[in-house]
Amino acid sequence: MTRFYGKIEAAGAILLALIWISPLVYAFWAAFHSTSDAVNFNLFSPWTLENFRVAWDGAPWIRYFLNTFMLVTVVLIGQFILTTLAGFSFAKLDFPGKDFVFILVLMQLFILPEVLIVENYAMVSRLGLFDSILGVGMPYMASAFGIFLMRQSFKSVPIELHEAAQVEGCGIFGILWKVYVPLARPTYIAYALVSVSTHWNNFLWPLIVTNSPDTRPLTVGLSIFAAPENGVDISIISAATIMSVAPLLVAFLLFQRHFVQAFLRAGIK
Amino acid sequence: MQSYVNLHNRRKIIYGWLLLSPAALLLTTFAFYPSIATLWASVFSRGTRRKPSKFIGGENYADLFSDPTFLLVVKNNLIYAAATIPVSIIIALSMALWANSKLPARGFIRTAYFTPTVLPMIAAANLWLFFYTPGFGVLDQIGSLFGFQSVNWLGQPETALWAVIIVTIWKEAGFFMIFYLAALQTIPPELKEASDIEGAGRWTYTRRIVLPLLMPTTLFIMVNAMINSVKLIDHLFILTKGGPSDASKLILYYIWEMAFAFFDAPHAAALTILVLAVLATVAAIQFLFIDRRTHYQ
Repeated sequence: MTRFYGKIEAAGAILLALIWISPLVYAFWAAFHSTSDAVNFNLFSPWTLENFRVAWDGAPWIRYFLNTFMLVTVVLIGQFILTTLAGFSFAKLDFPGKDFVFILVLMQLFILPEVLIVENYAMVSRLGLFDSILGVGMPYMASAFGIFLMRQSFKSVPIELHEAAQVEGCGIFGILWKVYVPLARPTYIAYALVSVSTHWNNFLWPLIVTNSPDTRPLTVGLSIFAAPENGVDISIISAATIMSVAPLLVAFLLFQRHFVQAFLRAGIK
Repeated sequence: MQSYVNLHNRRKIIYGWLLLSPAALLLTTFAFYPSIATLWASVFSRGTRRKPSKFIGGENYADLFSDPTFLLVVKNNLIYAAATIPVSIIIALSMALWANSKLPARGFIRTAYFTPTVLPMIAAANLWLFFYTPGFGVLDQIGSLFGFQSVNWLGQPETALWAVIIVTIWKEAGFFMIFYLAALQTIPPELKEASDIEGAGRWTYTRRIVLPLLMPTTLFIMVNAMINSVKLIDHLFILTKGGPSDASKLILYYIWEMAFAFFDAPHAAALTILVLAVLATVAAIQFLFIDRRTHYQ
């Protein structure tokens, strides 16, 4: 009897997995077939790269890829510097007003940048950063989440190491760079994976701040390419979609364990 | 010695603020100042060339509450939250229980569940577009096998919001599964052995031991799901644009539309303040429960 239930459960789990993966599998299949074959489910119709060719010629994808790549790099570098400094300050230095400022930082976890689009747009324009990669990235650099993560990580570093470096004559930045940063490596990797996949996928804010193909990231470019007004058909949209998710998807499949660990580490601490 | 300690402390204070200042500056520029500026903008009228904007108190808010679109959008977002939060949590929990048990093809199952998480919402919307397209979309094709009529899932007010909800659940359930998986792996195996000795079945073990131990994780996921029910709106841009006749419009999309399509910043500001108030409530709930959670451990 239990064996029977076990089998039903296994079937249920696999069925759910198949349902879950089916939109992606279907799009992948459709991207390699002509539109009429795709919509008629001609399973044995010939494979073709024509859709990719048409999609590729339809938009400046290399530019979009480059923009997204620059965006995630700029955001990540900014986040690493700012959250390292602030996290260290919160973890290891004592100064009046620290607890109050920390609560302010935690509040930012709930003031989503997405909600403040109107005023942030005004701010970015005032700073002369409208339609620039820096303008897209800047609101995310002082991430409260990252500061919190770094603080937790630095807190666990034993004070003896800190003191030993001090005795050796290291200044405060030397200690931070030589003792704390290397020890927090796993946290940096985890944070980098989460940050890159978040900003690779971000849409609403880049949509508002960018206004030209020279700055537009992939997500915004894809949404314009696939807009119904353009009348592009299913197979070509599939090809464009597969193309733009491929790098992140391949990275995920290769380093799946790291990704999952990263999301866990980032979420639980 | 005394003066040395003083100097040491003073340096710590200076360094403390110094290291904090870049982050503090950016947080002020892109979070605190904009929040206050939004509050400020929400109590002024929209300035035109003839009439400069002037202080009008709560009028923008009053306008919102008498705006039928606003009421509909709030109702939509409540449905969106009420559907996506519990359903994605239940699916995430089942996924985690399955991905953690000794089923065949466990690796494939886990990957399949988690994959939507790494896709952009825009790409997810494109994938689902082919399921929903009337006539030759996948859903209609499957439906026609069983003799159902073609349904315009995205084009009719009764189904558009639900079509959007399904995409959100598909996107976030695998993400939440990860947190359950982590929590499941911390449950000591002795508990399973003890319940086996007591003769408890698997269902009893799950219900009486596993689920209570997962409670803190569930709360954590619930807060995340609540935030997502405000934040996850990207797919609207592809699937429905809030239509038909606002049937699938959500609050954040409405803010965007007011500010960047209708150029009505004061009302967008008032709406933003309302959302921030809701988020603050969620934050308060979390801080309350996080205290509990630390006692728990």
